[in-house]
Amino acid sequence: MALEIVGAILFTILLAFLLRVLYLIYEITIVNKCELTRPKSLRTILCIGSGGHTTELLRLVKNLNKKKYQPRVYILADNDVSSEVKIHETEKEQSDYTLSRIPRSRNVQQSYFSSVISTLYATLCTLPVIYNFKPDVIFCNGPGTCIPVCVVAFLLRCLYLLDCRIVFIESICRVRTLSLTGKILQFFADIVVVQWPQLRDVCFRAKYFGRLT
Amino acid sequence: MAQQYYKKIFITVGTTRFDLLCEYILTEPVLAALKNIGCKEITFQIGNSNVDPGVIEKEGVKINMYRFKDSIQEDMKSADLVISHAGAGSCLEALEANKPLLVVVNEDLMDNHQLELAEQLQIDSHLYYCTCDTLISTLNMVDFTLLTPFTKANSSIFVNYLDSILRVEN
Repeated sequence: MALEIVGAILFTILLAFLLRVLYLIYEITIVNKCELTRPKSLRTILCIGSGGHTTELLRLVKNLNKKKYQPRVYILADNDVSSEVKIHETEKEQSDYTLSRIPRSRNVQQSYFSSVISTLYATLCTLPVIYNFKPDVIFCNGPGTCIPVCVVAFLLRCLYLLDCRIVFIESICRVRTLSLTGKILQFFADIVVVQWPQLRDVCFRAKYFGRLT
Repeated sequence: MAQQYYKKIFITVGTTRFDLLCEYILTEPVLAALKNIGCKEITFQIGNSNVDPGVIEKEGVKINMYRFKDSIQEDMKSADLVISHAGAGSCLEALEANKPLLVVVNEDLMDNHQLELAEQLQIDSHLYYCTCDTLISTLNMVDFTLLTPFTKANSSIFVNYLDSILRVEN
């Protein structure tokens, strides 16, 4: 009898959480009310991917108003050395930024199963970073650290522990098809930006502002 | 075909390796095709490819090969023609430097989504692309003077949009 009650309670909680998840996805994708106002500045997270993706995102950072988007935390994979140099180069006149490292969710040539495990591990390591920093806006252009960061931010939002906006910018490389990260994040990101007009036909929510990088 | 004359050619394979292209460039028929469009000097960023760096002279063409540099911008700027792998970074850098560009696609790379960009940029007539197999015929055939300049990237509209959505009370 007691077991049944516990089961019923757990089921109700699970159902409520599931409904909240679905409602938030509905709010993000259909209602699309992504306005956000903060008193002083926007706490910003930048998900650093790899190679060309890093260069693309940092070029955009150069054009952002640093006074508005501060403080900034760059999240990068723990074995990513070259991105660190590029970040310090971009931020050389600023001091209101920090770097945070998380395990890489998927290495090249890793099998499908083990990449699921390592993505879960990376997600777990991301949780305290996001929870403690409490970002207002997250910029990402995939791949690398993007998915764990956005998943954690989304779940914290579901639990009303965080109110933030995710901005996903698809790489200039993607002309006719979305990247895997893009395919996933089109349901979670508040703002999805593509850099080729053709991609708007593929992604129902994508916004196009011309070529950014 | 319009007169083409490209004395200094810069070739780049990016951060990884492209063995086939490196070996292929150094063969006699390819060098002959390059000489045919005026080439006297090649600067060749070979990355981790399976050839030795150094300066050699072959078929009357001076070839300066190196693995990596902090910035290839100078080499890009001083070139009359750029031959590049299909990496977005290298392609965009060459186009921003306003150089005639031939992209050689590495067919060994599966999941070659980079091809998507090269294809589109050829459709928009900003570059020509080929594979190692078609390099010579492409060099003989195409007219680089028909390429159109690449417009500069502009993120200000996007940044303004963001500013209208994500606000700070002052």
